[in-house]
Amino acid sequence: MFAFIARRIIQAIFVMLIISLVGFSIQHHIGDPIRDLVGERVTPAEREEIRDQLGLNDPFYTQYFRFVKKACQGDLGLSFFYKKPALEVIASKAPATIELVIVTTIILILISIPGGIYAAIYPKSWFSRIVMAASTVGVAIPVFLTAIMLIYLFSVELNWLPSYGRGETVNVWGWESGFFTWDGLKHLVLPSVSLSSIMLPLFIRLVRAEMMEVLETEYIKFAWAKGLHSKRVWFVHAFKNTLLPVITVFGVQMGILFAFTILTETVFQWQGMGFMFLEAVERSDTSLLVAYLVVVGVIFVVVNTVVDIVYGFVNPMVRIAGIK
Amino acid sequence: MKTWNRFKNSYLLYSFKRDPIAILSFSVLSIMVVISILAPVVAPFNAYDTSTFDIMDGETPPVWMESGDKLFILGTDIQGRDLLSAMIYGLRVSLLIGCGAVLLQAFMGILVGLFSGYLGGKLDSFLMRITDIQFSIPYLIVAIFSSAIFKLAFGVGRYADLAVPLLIVVIGVSNWPIYARTVRASVLGEKNKEYVEAARVIGISRWQIMFRHVLPNTLTPVLVISTIQVAEAVMSEAALSFLGLGMPITKPSLGSLIRSGFEYIFSGSWWITFFPGVLLVIFILVILLLGDWLRDVLNPKLYKG
Repeated sequence: MFAFIARRIIQAIFVMLIISLVGFSIQHHIGDPIRDLVGERVTPAEREEIRDQLGLNDPFYTQYFRFVKKACQGDLGLSFFYKKPALEVIASKAPATIELVIVTTIILILISIPGGIYAAIYPKSWFSRIVMAASTVGVAIPVFLTAIMLIYLFSVELNWLPSYGRGETVNVWGWESGFFTWDGLKHLVLPSVSLSSIMLPLFIRLVRAEMMEVLETEYIKFAWAKGLHSKRVWFVHAFKNTLLPVITVFGVQMGILFAFTILTETVFQWQGMGFMFLEAVERSDTSLLVAYLVVVGVIFVVVNTVVDIVYGFVNPMVRIAGIK
Repeated sequence: MKTWNRFKNSYLLYSFKRDPIAILSFSVLSIMVVISILAPVVAPFNAYDTSTFDIMDGETPPVWMESGDKLFILGTDIQGRDLLSAMIYGLRVSLLIGCGAVLLQAFMGILVGLFSGYLGGKLDSFLMRITDIQFSIPYLIVAIFSSAIFKLAFGVGRYADLAVPLLIVVIGVSNWPIYARTVRASVLGEKNKEYVEAARVIGISRWQIMFRHVLPNTLTPVLVISTIQVAEAVMSEAALSFLGLGMPITKPSLGSLIRSGFEYIFSGSWWITFFPGVLLVIFILVILLLGDWLRDVLNPKLYKG
């Protein structure tokens, strides 16, 4: 077990080094820190002097080590546009994205689990058939198209819900939250519904498939033979055993959800990290871009490593398979 | 003639003729492909020739609505470009990028999978570690980041000129690990079979065994995942174009058409977004349905990552 954890952590560090190397080479080749610091009117000779002072003429690896050292101390450079530390900018945008993901997750759980269980218990009913057909079509609809159609229907035609922005937010312990105002909640509806629409087909199918598989097992047959109440068989005995694979897939899919927040935030002008990233691209704000890359990298690596290690505890097969 | 007879008596054709969904999606897909290849002939207008656009025709609704124009069956976009022609050209661009990207993915993935599986040892663990690492990061994130970096590096103008090859590279590089894993898994299954052993005994070189004997036997699962990969590649292209990291509006793909229409949806011009969107959904749906059918028929043991 210890060897397994150590190997996973070494791999995680290795991946982080690669990501930081990519990030650093972007900054090194594309960004021009002198431009960020001084205006147009500074002469080339003075620019050269500043370059020397900042150590920008040092060899690549020296600069890279400096970059990694600073990054470990939480310094990822200044954002050219915001004139603030890049990490601070990202931290100020993070609550919007996190709230969007939380609401999306709640919607996903509330719909996919009951829907999947129902479709597994009554596979021949018309409701299950509709759910399965809808999930086949749903996979083919891109998230931004769902979002645009929802905006057209509910904001432009019916005028029920707001179409962009976060609305009114309240500062709760330094966290700009939209959970506590009616306006903020109304603004959350369309983005989170469209974001969950992309994952819903997959999850309903997953829950259904796992549940159907469990319902075929011997111990469920035994439970029926014992004369247990059907609700007890379904929800206590069968459902509990479908949870593990569902949770695993959910952990993996959270990363993909992250990618789709960029698309959803663009449609709804949602002031989160994804929207900030695209703005940084438009403004050629290289340090902010690199900072975002590193932050996303850290999130991924940490989540993946934790999921793997937890899974290693639960399922010994994973631990052994890695050893050659 | 011989191959034709073999195809005529094959199980593939037999089950195809008995599956109405497969027939329907295959015919829809072939119609779309033919139309997009013949775009300059079929489309009513040349969607790339700005001199034919008249800004006065801008935002004309579809023909069945009030103030629709018979010239523009599905209406026009904001510049007065015929939407139907733009969609046909757009489908062509999306298809080109999708297929190009999948060819690149397959090329990289098959090479890595073949070497990794057949040669084994240190090379295998090294290549598979790289594959694992890239697999753990969603391909859409990789594609979005790399296209953003390319856009910064080349500048907006040059990026627009080079958009097609760059998008093929970006989408190709971001989603190859699935091929590497699939091919490696089937190579591992094949390489200890008797025909490989026989080939080795009569002294055929390692390269020849790998490419002429083992490789053809691993291609069935590759074919199956390829259909799904094309759908995913077209979808990623649309997503990138929608974010403004893909095709420019002067040479629109379906994604950039949707993006350009989105800006005008608040003034009620829903058709600029709606029709390209529907075309994209139908296109992806038929590919996915065909892929499902193909997987059921060929039923290879797919590596599920």
